[in-house]
Amino acid sequence: MINIKKMFANGIINENPTFVQLLGMCPTLAVTTSALNGLGMGVTVIFVLTLSNFLISLLRKFIPQQVRIASYIVIISGVVTAIQLLIKAYFPDLDKSLGLFIPLIVVNCIILARAEAFASKNGILPSIFDGLFMGLGFTIALTILGIVRELLGAGTIFGFDILLRFGYTPILFFILPAGAFITLGVLIAAVNSIRQKAAECKRKKEAEKS
Amino acid sequence: MSISAILSLIVTAILAENYIFSKFLGCCPFLGLSENPSNALGMGCAVTFVMTLSSLITSLINKYILIAFDLEYLQTIAFILVIAALVQLIEMFLKKSVPALYSALGIYLPLITTNCAILGAALLCVQSGYDPLTSTIYGFASGLGFTLAIVVFAGVREKVAFADIPKSFAGFPIALVTAGLLAMAFAGFSGISV
Repeated sequence: MINIKKMFANGIINENPTFVQLLGMCPTLAVTTSALNGLGMGVTVIFVLTLSNFLISLLRKFIPQQVRIASYIVIISGVVTAIQLLIKAYFPDLDKSLGLFIPLIVVNCIILARAEAFASKNGILPSIFDGLFMGLGFTIALTILGIVRELLGAGTIFGFDILLRFGYTPILFFILPAGAFITLGVLIAAVNSIRQKAAECKRKKEAEKS
Repeated sequence: MSISAILSLIVTAILAENYIFSKFLGCCPFLGLSENPSNALGMGCAVTFVMTLSSLITSLINKYILIAFDLEYLQTIAFILVIAALVQLIEMFLKKSVPALYSALGIYLPLITTNCAILGAALLCVQSGYDPLTSTIYGFASGLGFTLAIVVFAGVREKVAFADIPKSFAGFPIALVTAGLLAMAFAGFSGISV
């Protein structure tokens, strides 16, 4: 039986694709100039990842071992093309702000990594959940990064005025590419430090018990 | 196309619109394969080589097959397949005829299929409406820009490895901060127009 609770925790915290596995750095850095863009990219990836995991797990017994990577790429690019056309039709603004990075989801390492590491070995239902939760972890990471950058770089969150009313002067640096690298670096360091502290606490508790 | 236009395209692609520092394309190999400069140079050469060829071939395919038959919506699928096949072909060709180059680039070639800089270059050429010759020049120059970025970054990282930094910053986070500082330097080029 699948352990949904454990998979949920894995996707969001223990194996968070951005903060822990460090996959898919290009869209993470490029589109997080605002919280809304980060969220939009994340939700797009949830759809692509869930669908591609579903299809690959469905076809896993028919795909020959030797050509599996090529087959995965074809499946993934088919899904991405479909979703790109949907976004173009229904959310033209999102299409404009994400631009090139929607077709580039095809070469996002997260999608191929989950296909190879999970969907090709597991049943349909667990694969769908895996795609959903990994996508959710990615979305949360991108939204946090987007919120930090938008707050410091423009003084707003999701377009709502937060700091500007207190006479805050936006620091343009955080919207620029250089700000993306440094903000992500500091965020990952913060996550590392929390994880190290948590591991230390656990060790102490176990030491007390024994 | 005039010489000055070509020159301006090359300078812009290498410095002002550097693939790593202003477009964020190809960040995975950039962050993953930059621990020492000689590996970085190998990766950079492989990317430049494949990017030049793939920009040419994808723009030809786009012009004579996709647009001719009204199939532009298949761009992403067609391009990624072409790139995957091209990388395989280059690998086989080099193995047979230029073994020295093959052993130098060898391990980096298969990684290139999933390098978003290659697909990004192909898609950008199409979006900007470049003809096949311009696309080739653009692909070559962008590859050079990538090589410059990854080699410089690897050089800096080699020194940073000996620095005394907080424990939580060790490894990946400090690499990102270093990249941020380099990106600031490259932002200085953004005003250039030739």
